[in-house]
Amino acid sequence: MNEQSITLKKKPNLGRRIGDELKHNFVLYLMAIPVIVYFVLFVYLPMYGLIIAFKDYKPFNRMGQGGIWGSPWADMYGFANFIRFFKSPLFWPVLKNTLYISFLTLIFSFPAPIIFALMLNEIKNLKYKKVIQTITYLPHFISMVVICSMVIRFFQTDGIMTALVDVLGGSKQNYMINADAYRPIYIGSGIWQGIGWSSIIYISALSSIDQELYEAAVIDGAGKWKQVVHITIPGILSTIVILLIMNVGQMLSVGYEKTILLQNSNTAEVARVISSYTYDLTFGTEGGGGEFAYSSAIGIFQSVVNIIFLTIANTISKKITNSGLF
Amino acid sequence: MVYKPSLGEKVFNVFNICIMAIMIFICLYPFWYCIMCSLSRHADTASLMLWPKGFTLATYKDVLSRQDIQTGYLVTIFIVVVGTIFNLIMTTIAAFLLTRRNFAIRNFLTYMMLFTMYFGGDMIPTYIVYTQILGMEGNILVLIIPGAISVYNCIVMRTNFDAIPTSLEESVKVDGGNDMHVLWHIIIPLSKAVISVMVLFYGVGHWNAWFPASLYLNKTDIKPLQLRLREILILSQTGAEGDAGDVATMAENIKFATIIVATLPILLVYPFIQKYFVKGVMIGAVKG
Repeated sequence: MNEQSITLKKKPNLGRRIGDELKHNFVLYLMAIPVIVYFVLFVYLPMYGLIIAFKDYKPFNRMGQGGIWGSPWADMYGFANFIRFFKSPLFWPVLKNTLYISFLTLIFSFPAPIIFALMLNEIKNLKYKKVIQTITYLPHFISMVVICSMVIRFFQTDGIMTALVDVLGGSKQNYMINADAYRPIYIGSGIWQGIGWSSIIYISALSSIDQELYEAAVIDGAGKWKQVVHITIPGILSTIVILLIMNVGQMLSVGYEKTILLQNSNTAEVARVISSYTYDLTFGTEGGGGEFAYSSAIGIFQSVVNIIFLTIANTISKKITNSGLF
Repeated sequence: MVYKPSLGEKVFNVFNICIMAIMIFICLYPFWYCIMCSLSRHADTASLMLWPKGFTLATYKDVLSRQDIQTGYLVTIFIVVVGTIFNLIMTTIAAFLLTRRNFAIRNFLTYMMLFTMYFGGDMIPTYIVYTQILGMEGNILVLIIPGAISVYNCIVMRTNFDAIPTSLEESVKVDGGNDMHVLWHIIIPLSKAVISVMVLFYGVGHWNAWFPASLYLNKTDIKPLQLRLREILILSQTGAEGDAGDVATMAENIKFATIIVATLPILLVYPFIQKYFVKGVMIGAVKG
């Protein structure tokens, strides 16, 4: 009784405060409505859709059955779709392809912009530097469809890149239908498209290094190489570590857009990665399509493994360099 | 004290300048090559290196007279204009709300947005929800509403709004204006730089997008340019889906003209806008 009277004393206060807040910030609440509606309907509602991964999903029918909520739960306590993927003959090949591309990306595509930024940093003519930056950022803004159509044209039997490979001692063939050539082409075109744009973050980190450090090093008689090793690289190390952790946290998310555009029936064996596989299962003609629940489960598997990788990478980084993402 | 570079450093500098020149070449030449192929009168472009083999503009006449390219262009222009305007309105409002210190649900809104940077419905659940619940199948709004607020862009914008002195908005409030007046008369006029960055980010994004259209609009005739391009240039090549039709026999120089037609707007505006892009990324990089 006593307690209640205390809360009662506060409550009218709260109601009044809400009233005042609504009156005072009426315009802001009006502005917040479209923002909240947008996020709820177009961002949070799809998250609710994730539960179909645990269901035996059937599209909505005229009898009012099926749909996201109406479909029955899947077998094995809802995990039947996951078990089906683990037991699928394509599980290991797809996982292996995905990790293979990711490792190649980490080994080749990740360091490329760092090296590029370091080299650009040594260009002393500011005008030349500006021109290099402007031009190397350009491919980033070209659409994936155009990039991939160019790649396909260039690596045809009579394409210009095939001619180059021919001069360098390779053979003249259509490299787009050569499974061995798929990964080098995928990684190489990725570096070409992203090296300039990805270097921006390193260039901005380089510009924040204290110039006095270099002057002091010169007085101490350190050559250029020593300056790079002892000042420049430590100066951008934390940026590198953070981006590396973020990259490791994306290991299983090899982009589907480029894979879908570049792959064909000859290269599918090596090209097929988790994300493109879920697309093929649902929208592709192979295997009949329409595997909504199954591919949602594969998508969840991908996210969970990514989070595990991210956590491991972060823990290791904290142990070694004392810096991490979280 | 004058720093004297050693011989090794001099050699490196020359080497470095050359490598960078090669980088410039590698980034520009593919586009140059495509343009030259598209201007070539001979359909066989195999041995072309620097200049077209016989000059012609007929390839462009061919491409631009195609019905599907024309409607593709119209659809893309519509989406770029309407979509970018919608992006701007929504992102500006959201960023503005996040700067209102006396707003009770400010923190709630912040967390609601930040959460979506780390979690989201995947491609398939999103597709199900959009088609089954929101009825977006075959609706052109599917290219405009989803992605209306990029949380990253919103944070960049909020950082900019935050830098505007509060004394300016107090003068509006003294004159009896509300928050809408503050946004319209103070914040927006002082944020032209960041708003132009947003126009460019969102605009280029809309111009280049093909994937959502391929999911939701594939059965309709309202296909944006990039999706048409995929049908003409990639599906015909790989034979992935059997609807390539007559385009499989399309001459090489015409295919190159198609690539250029879809890219030229970007190539033309790029030199003027690239400094804004870099500015936009720098703001985000410093903050994030």
